[in-house]
Amino acid sequence: MSTSAPLPWAVRLGLRRGVTEFRHMLRNPEDLGWNVLIGLAVLVYLVSQRDTVVPGSGGLTLPNLALPGILASVVLFGMAIGPAFALAAEAEDGTLLRLRTTPRGTTTYTVGVVVGQLLGALPMLAIILLPWPFLLGDPMHQGAAGWAAMVGWLLLGTLAILPLGIVGGALAGRPTRVMLFVMAPVVALAFVSGVFGPQTVPPWAEGVVQVFPLYWLAHGLRATTLPAGAESLEIGGAWHPEIAALVLLAWAVAGLVAAPLLLRRTHARQTAGALADRVQAALQRG
Amino acid sequence: MDVSGETAIRVAGLRMAYDGRTVLDGIGFEVGAGEVVALLGPNGAGKTTTVEIVEGFRRRDAGDVTVLGTDPEHGDDAWRARIGVVLQSWRDHRRWRVRELLGHLADSYRPYSRPGFTRPRSVDDLLARVGLTDAADQRMATLSGGQRRRFDVAVGLVGRPDLLILDEPTAGLDPTARREFHEIVHEVVDRDGTVVLLTTHDLAEAEVVADRILLLAGGHVVADGSPASVAREVAGPAEVRWSADGARHVHSTHDPVAFTRELLARGGVDDLEVVRASLEDAYLQIVRRHEADAARHDLEVTR
Repeated sequence: MSTSAPLPWAVRLGLRRGVTEFRHMLRNPEDLGWNVLIGLAVLVYLVSQRDTVVPGSGGLTLPNLALPGILASVVLFGMAIGPAFALAAEAEDGTLLRLRTTPRGTTTYTVGVVVGQLLGALPMLAIILLPWPFLLGDPMHQGAAGWAAMVGWLLLGTLAILPLGIVGGALAGRPTRVMLFVMAPVVALAFVSGVFGPQTVPPWAEGVVQVFPLYWLAHGLRATTLPAGAESLEIGGAWHPEIAALVLLAWAVAGLVAAPLLLRRTHARQTAGALADRVQAALQRG
Repeated sequence: MDVSGETAIRVAGLRMAYDGRTVLDGIGFEVGAGEVVALLGPNGAGKTTTVEIVEGFRRRDAGDVTVLGTDPEHGDDAWRARIGVVLQSWRDHRRWRVRELLGHLADSYRPYSRPGFTRPRSVDDLLARVGLTDAADQRMATLSGGQRRRFDVAVGLVGRPDLLILDEPTAGLDPTARREFHEIVHEVVDRDGTVVLLTTHDLAEAEVVADRILLLAGGHVVADGSPASVAREVAGPAEVRWSADGARHVHSTHDPVAFTRELLARGGVDDLEVVRASLEDAYLQIVRRHEADAARHDLEVTR
């Protein structure tokens, strides 16, 4: 392998680090089993509902109306909770400190987390999308351009949410606090944001969910996959892909400004003495 | 960048306090080319704080610090690449295989080679040297504590550092592993001229590994020199024990030679024994004295 200048080299090592972590995930029965279990549970529920036509949707079945919200949730859970846990756990177990002792190791680490988490969301997407046409019919009502737009929305959603996951992990600092400060709010948000379609957003939550990226990511995905007529179920009764894109971009900008600052602070806190204190605390917690 | 002739570490007037508690009260020392120096002191003496400042991982409150010609607070990546740090790993990278992880960390040193000096070291050679060849394909999570420590040493050495820093490197190692570790340090110093700074609270270790001991207590460097000279510097009086007329006698003196000569001249002496204060006694005495000082200081602050 030929060597280049330090910064591109560190980025390249980070890419390889992310791929290696993804390989470890694929070989880990727990990680993969969790993905398969959740994915299958969602599929089983939807198959049981495959003849349920949602009133007011222009004749859509519940599964086809729900798919965009489910994909948005995969992005939210994978990109917010995944990196937050990774960062907090790897600060606690000394991974960050280990990388900090090597030249440009923090760059390598950060690129590795981002790449590893991006790849890590793929198995769940595959488990849900690959059997879908065979079990539930063609979910795409807008042809090939719709699939391309769908990929675009998933990438934009990732850009909006992944930095927030890093911010959450850096602020929480410990895996137990990630549960409380990242996972709990994210799950609560998912409950009221209409994962199974806009008709499942409770009226009292309509204002709140429109502040966060989940509703708008699902909205954007619905606007590019569902047929005309489905928009009457949306909050406001119309497609607003431009608002969806702007909200997601705003979150992306905020996250991309905050994440590097907080990451730098987290890295700066990694010292052997601090690690020893954390080891002590973790041992006492049992 | 040749380190020979260069002062590797220069520390002057280094001060550090946490929450108003002074840990380092203006310490100063130098570490020269090819030296192995042990920072010795009881727990809480500021050893770890000192090495973290030298490593550039912690900002100091005051004082001048130069490491390999650079202030550690402004060290760049090329500077970082010249320093090897041996951490006490706990459970990082549990899913990585041993060779995979060492190779990954080794790769980060590649841009920092220079003509005639290749970075990093060969990963397989290094694994062989620390006795982990058979474990190379094992997951990190399956290593024993001793194997983990040997892996830590390998990581510290993989970038062919000019300066190697080790914080309590043999804590938790059994005597055999400890001996092997000492051999590795000596070998590295002899072959590559690597400068070594290590911390330990174990006096025996400092004596075996280090050319020089810096004894840290109460926020000060209280002794600085070869193990033998530190012992002389801080040692208390020697004890002379003997029996005469069926009774045991003990006498404490700073000049045991003169006293013994006199004693023997008087005659009737049996069972003569001269016990010099060992370095260990001296060390324990200093530690106790400083702990007493600290306790008294705390009491005054509380009042």
